[in-house]
Amino acid sequence: MATEPITLTRREFLIGTAAAGAGFSLGLYLPFASGPAAAAEQPPEVNAWVVIQPDDTVIIRIARSEMGQGTLTGLSQLVAEELECDWSKVTTEYPTPGQNLARDRVWGSFSTGGSQGIRGSHDYVRKGGAVAREMLIEAAAEAWGVPKAECSAANSVITHRASGRTTTYGKVAAAAAELFPPEQVTLKDPKDWKLIGKPVKRLDTRDKLTGKQVFGADLTLPGMLNASIRACPTFGGKLKAFDESKVRSLPGVRAVLRVDDDAVAVVADTWWQANTALDKLPVTWDKGPNAQLDSAAIERMLEDGLTAAEAFVGNENGDAKAALKGAAKTVEAVYAYPYQNHATMEPMNATARWTPERCEVWCPTQNGEAALEATAEAAGLPLTKCDVYKIHLGGGFGRRGAFHDFVKQAVAIARQLPGTPVKLLWTREEDMQHGHYHPITQCRLVGGLDDKGELTGLHVRISGQSILASVNPKWMKNGMDTFTFQCLLPDGDHAFSYAVPNLLVEHAMRNPPVPPGFWRGVNVNQNTIYMECFMDELAHAAGKDPLEFRRKLMAKHPRALAVLNAVADKAGWGKPAAEGVHRGLAVCKAFASHVAACAEVSVDAKGRLKIHRIVAATDPGHAVNPQQIEAQVEGSFVYGLSALLYGECTIKDGAVQQTNFNDYPSMLIDEMPEVETIIMPSGGFWGGIGEPTIAVAAPAVLNAIFAATGKRVRRFPLKNVDLSSA
Amino acid sequence: MAKLKVNGEAVELDVDDTTPLLWALREQLGLTGAKYSCGIGLCGACTVHIDGQATRACVVTVGSLSEAQNVVTIEGLSADGSHPVQQAWAELDVPQCGYCQPGMIMAAAALLDSNPDPSDADIDANLPNICRCGTYNRVRRGVHRAVVLNKRGKV
Repeated sequence: MATEPITLTRREFLIGTAAAGAGFSLGLYLPFASGPAAAAEQPPEVNAWVVIQPDDTVIIRIARSEMGQGTLTGLSQLVAEELECDWSKVTTEYPTPGQNLARDRVWGSFSTGGSQGIRGSHDYVRKGGAVAREMLIEAAAEAWGVPKAECSAANSVITHRASGRTTTYGKVAAAAAELFPPEQVTLKDPKDWKLIGKPVKRLDTRDKLTGKQVFGADLTLPGMLNASIRACPTFGGKLKAFDESKVRSLPGVRAVLRVDDDAVAVVADTWWQANTALDKLPVTWDKGPNAQLDSAAIERMLEDGLTAAEAFVGNENGDAKAALKGAAKTVEAVYAYPYQNHATMEPMNATARWTPERCEVWCPTQNGEAALEATAEAAGLPLTKCDVYKIHLGGGFGRRGAFHDFVKQAVAIARQLPGTPVKLLWTREEDMQHGHYHPITQCRLVGGLDDKGELTGLHVRISGQSILASVNPKWMKNGMDTFTFQCLLPDGDHAFSYAVPNLLVEHAMRNPPVPPGFWRGVNVNQNTIYMECFMDELAHAAGKDPLEFRRKLMAKHPRALAVLNAVADKAGWGKPAAEGVHRGLAVCKAFASHVAACAEVSVDAKGRLKIHRIVAATDPGHAVNPQQIEAQVEGSFVYGLSALLYGECTIKDGAVQQTNFNDYPSMLIDEMPEVETIIMPSGGFWGGIGEPTIAVAAPAVLNAIFAATGKRVRRFPLKNVDLSSA
Repeated sequence: MAKLKVNGEAVELDVDDTTPLLWALREQLGLTGAKYSCGIGLCGACTVHIDGQATRACVVTVGSLSEAQNVVTIEGLSADGSHPVQQAWAELDVPQCGYCQPGMIMAAAALLDSNPDPSDADIDANLPNICRCGTYNRVRRGVHRAVVLNKRGKV
């Protein structure tokens, strides 16, 4: 694949070099060495992405957030590939969103969601590495007085080929920083990659093994106070009153504060003191308009949408309704998917310091720029008088990307204590009750088969909650939320993997007053359960093998077919499994990658499920770090299967009933299946990794459960379902 | 006032007796390796050793401990990250976000102290720590790898 040269604009050059002198002398307070980009004593940057120290240490700037998914390492590999630097000398740092703003967004988006980290920035970060390499080579050539074309670089060493002279990046970096960047750079052909595609170790492991890694919850600043908060448990409710006198004299308590119109916080010397006092604080709530809301009412709303006359159309070809009328046989099923909490291991937290002149926030965030906007809004200050210092996240999964409620609260508290840094940390209970939940939907599917058992028509009606209507209405199209149709769309990153002759996919939007959010996998979680389980139902109704039934509909989707075939082959589909073990399949396209899974399960007479093995295949186009892809596939299965087995938030009296991991359990190590990951990059595109495979875990397991028990589960989670053969 | 022995050192803490060990470690001693996640002894992110036993520090009060008891946190497991479990974890790149890993490592280290070559069933029974990122298969491999490193270290 030939790579086109990239022309750099004058504008990019100006932005890229503006900070070489001044941009990083912002006088930031830096709590740790690995923290935000910094410090006047740092050598000048070669460009926005690359700083090289005299000892040849390479600092690569990373705009996206590390939350466990390995993006810090993967993005560094992309830069280092083009930079031709010594990988063993690579370290990383985060620029701040304030710096990005001051430099006209030279680092692009800070958003870390939608499995975008690599696929959304591979082009410009590699370009950043290539430009820096060319400037370093040019600096050496100038010093030697030889043509640049006679010089080349590898492993942080520049060589003048004719004379054999060499120098290192560290020796020429300062001179390189003074040069104009080249007008054009050519990115490597993927066949020449040396570092991209290699299973290199993560750059951020060591401190995670010794307790040194600082998460937001661990942060300490000089003079810092600690806050614990309670917001009205009822959605839409308000804080009515609290009796400060009951807790004001408790040890360590410094302040009891109203936070916005719906929460109260206790600020104390330590968080334990703050939380102890908060537990004793008498609070009365105005429960607001949703005080009667419960899960049954929400279910009725959604059931209404399953047959309502009006619905948005997300995908249509042919005449599905006519095809169903003329079908020899029709199959119909209704599925339902519950609310779920992200339940990051590290509860929500942020640390803020506010003065009338400036507001600073330290927080784990999936989107530094959105955190900065939240900071400025809550601080009542312009963006330019605020900044956010990103800290590693103790899990994100979507909770810390679009929502910075915890940042706004921390700033609102700090604003009442000017000059004093305050760390706000939510309890697990607060975190469980004030999530932005995986949206709730139901789905009615009707399929028509002809007398040969071929699928002639398919009608998919989703009813339920739109994330965008609540979170980002600007992204909607004429009132329609296209995200609702993930994995069922006619084309794009979430295209339907089948060609069905007569197809109608609709969404009747029903938005209960429970805040929805992006939750690892987003709508692929339920949509792939609906579609892939129903595909199994159709295959069985047609008397056909589920693999063969799918294959027939996938001729126009060769990459999807390839991943499905790969898992079927490796799992031994069609060959006998071990006694009592049964298999199930699922396939889809999600976040631009093609993924498939084959699960092997057994269910004993008492209904106890054992998931033995899942074979998973991913075609992400290009695979940057195979060992991290394996880790993400396994991790996505834990997140997706925890949801399938246990994940359910129910609503009573307008509030989430679950409070902690006792009533919102997560999978443990004893339930973890073996995972065999097949990585089959076919080239020519860049697909996501963190989320796609979450889609196929649950339906593959459900289809295997059907094979094992004859029971078709259509409501989740499985903890509520009796699988026994009584 | 509570008197404890933490990572080999005697310490006196000016805290209420009912303060959980976790918060005394984190807020009085600055040992933030043990994490707060559930606060009810379920998830294991706060796991430390008390006299060699893996213990969930969020549900043990400082008043229930004496200075005769040896509290070891992740910061005291080894001086330089060289404990066989830490080495194995590094070799296999076990952590993802890393928040649960100090607890996971402390639970694994305690298991190996009492059972130098645990079976998969032993691992299942002794590592009931929640990891939402999903590192379980690498954790399992890590424990088995630490067994090998441990044996080598003793040769």
